[in-house]
Amino acid sequence: MARTHSLKFLALVGALALPAASASAQQQQKPAAPERTVNVFNWSDYIDPKVLEDFTHETGIKVIYDTYDSNEMLETRLLAGKTGYDVVVPSATFLARQIKAGVYQKLDKSKLTNIKSLWPDIMARLAKYDPGNEYAVDYMWFTTGIAYNVQRAKERFGNKPLDTWDIVFRPENLKKFADCGVYVLDSPEDLFSIALNYMKLNPDSKNPNDLRRAADLLGGMRRYVKKFHSSEYINALANGDICLAIGWAGDSFQARNRAREANNGIEINYVIPREGTLMSMDTLAMPKDAPHPEEGLKFIDFLMRPEVAARNTSITNFANGVITSRDFVDKDVLGNKSVYPDQATMARLFTVTGYDQAVQKIVTREWTRVKTGK
Amino acid sequence: MRPASKARSRRNWLVIAVPYGWLLLFFLAPFALVLKISLSQSALSLPPYAPVFDWSDDFRAIVEKLQALSFESFAGFFNDSLYVDSYVSSVVIAAIATLLTLVVAYPFALAIARSSPKVRTILIGLAIAPFWTSFLIRVYAWITILKDEGLLNHFLMRIGLIDAPLGIFATNTAIVIGIVYSYLPFMLLPLYAAIEGQDQALLEAAADLGASPWRAFLRITLPLSMRGIIAGSLLVFIPAVGEFVIPDLLGGSDTLMIGRTLWNDFFVNRDWPAASAAAIVLLILLVGPLLVYERVQLRDEKVRA
Repeated sequence: MARTHSLKFLALVGALALPAASASAQQQQKPAAPERTVNVFNWSDYIDPKVLEDFTHETGIKVIYDTYDSNEMLETRLLAGKTGYDVVVPSATFLARQIKAGVYQKLDKSKLTNIKSLWPDIMARLAKYDPGNEYAVDYMWFTTGIAYNVQRAKERFGNKPLDTWDIVFRPENLKKFADCGVYVLDSPEDLFSIALNYMKLNPDSKNPNDLRRAADLLGGMRRYVKKFHSSEYINALANGDICLAIGWAGDSFQARNRAREANNGIEINYVIPREGTLMSMDTLAMPKDAPHPEEGLKFIDFLMRPEVAARNTSITNFANGVITSRDFVDKDVLGNKSVYPDQATMARLFTVTGYDQAVQKIVTREWTRVKTGK
Repeated sequence: MRPASKARSRRNWLVIAVPYGWLLLFFLAPFALVLKISLSQSALSLPPYAPVFDWSDDFRAIVEKLQALSFESFAGFFNDSLYVDSYVSSVVIAAIATLLTLVVAYPFALAIARSSPKVRTILIGLAIAPFWTSFLIRVYAWITILKDEGLLNHFLMRIGLIDAPLGIFATNTAIVIGIVYSYLPFMLLPLYAAIEGQDQALLEAAADLGASPWRAFLRITLPLSMRGIIAGSLLVFIPAVGEFVIPDLLGGSDTLMIGRTLWNDFFVNRDWPAASAAAIVLLILLVGPLLVYERVQLRDEKVRA
């Protein structure tokens, strides 16, 4: 997983510009070269790269793999149509809206032999977005919490635990971290629901007044936050550039692992705050105009194979949606209560539905106000 | 008309047709598409706006769809100060960056123009050399230089000039540095062209008449290079106003620039009509300085003629 900043951004920009062209080029070449391919568009740092090699080795299907780091990037491409991708990985809230827009095709369950090993509880939560689980299966699920540099936190808070949103929402606390660097996810959906929940309001509230109150609370962080960004914090934490981040569980543990690999003496930890937090799911789905549906289904089925799902979880530190994969997951990852929370913590995790067009505009506007003060 | 002149006029026509065809295909046609989207309404569909024109539409369908178009998205600007704030902030950042680029590039251009032809080729080559590497990677490199734990701060702290990191990264200062660096060649080359073409005899005459080198520069070199200054400034200013990558990578989250506001409308709100409308207003605002440049050039040519 030794990926750098620049490569990731290049991948993102490349994903914006190139794949449609490359995909159509492949289609043109088809008669000449009988080689089978599958075009996959996934989040950055979200798979064990060897899994792709093994898939090609086993099936003879070549994987064209592109990455992105925001749902918005994926959605814009999907709504423009003709992406050329066979498998994409939208988050559940975006999935729901995209199903309504008519972006996806139903998955042919008869081709998905590993469907029996899916986690019933997770699929039930997913059904809220995709009634009847017709269009998607869960790839990974995770929480949004607080990641921090252990030494820096100790200097500031002694041995007090950081498992509370008070750390970021009370200015007197966050202020203490401002000098060593704070990053916050550039993801309004996560931050608004967490702020609403912290204020003891319905985290799924779409009421403009509630959203404005949440924005007021979130805006209090601005003075002490260095940047709102959804992927740079992994390397920034690992390098010691920053000491606190509101981030996703798996990414935060990837930061911890990178710091360990670099052996730079930086120890990163991640906690699920006790007030509860957002649980998100990323799903595997197929666009309606997927050029290689058969190969796409094969790829999805491969990812759902318990041994394969376990390898992806062991590498990424994101829990997957295949219940029987737990027998194969790295013991440290499986035992990590922040990746596989216990029942009591699970009960405190909430999910939210997506925003419709009108609410989305309010949320984006308020989020701009949170970030810029204007 | 004699056959020879007929052939020539046809040839002339062809010569003109190529650039006009180019403009039609790569400027006017996309502009028409963007204009059309800016008059549509956003919708949860594929593509995310309505109405969508189709080749199979009959006349009545086209009329109905045309009637559905409206200026609603343009009205959106006046309800929210966000757009004006973004424009103003973009223009201020671009203006500061353009001025600094000019200050940095001018001595370079002067030095290149005054060196021997052999050295000149090498220096111009060096000025263009960064283009061999991707623009993105070069901007990324600036993160490593400017960040708190980066090269610049480490160096300044090592030599004892500062005690704490400067904190340039993720600020507007970093954006300006990024723009100056990235657009330097666009300023340098027009300046060089304008200075290089000047008659050296003028400077000699000024010296003979007792003018100091500085005075000669102010009275002769600088005014004669005005065309280069204007051309270079426009080449830097116009793309810098709409710049997205540099603010995104080097700027802070509190940086408001029109590029990012457009991005939000397009990617986050899925409101293509609003994004298109903002793009069109930006274009209209930028055409202004271009027309000024055009007039200056025309006047210049008249003077010469």
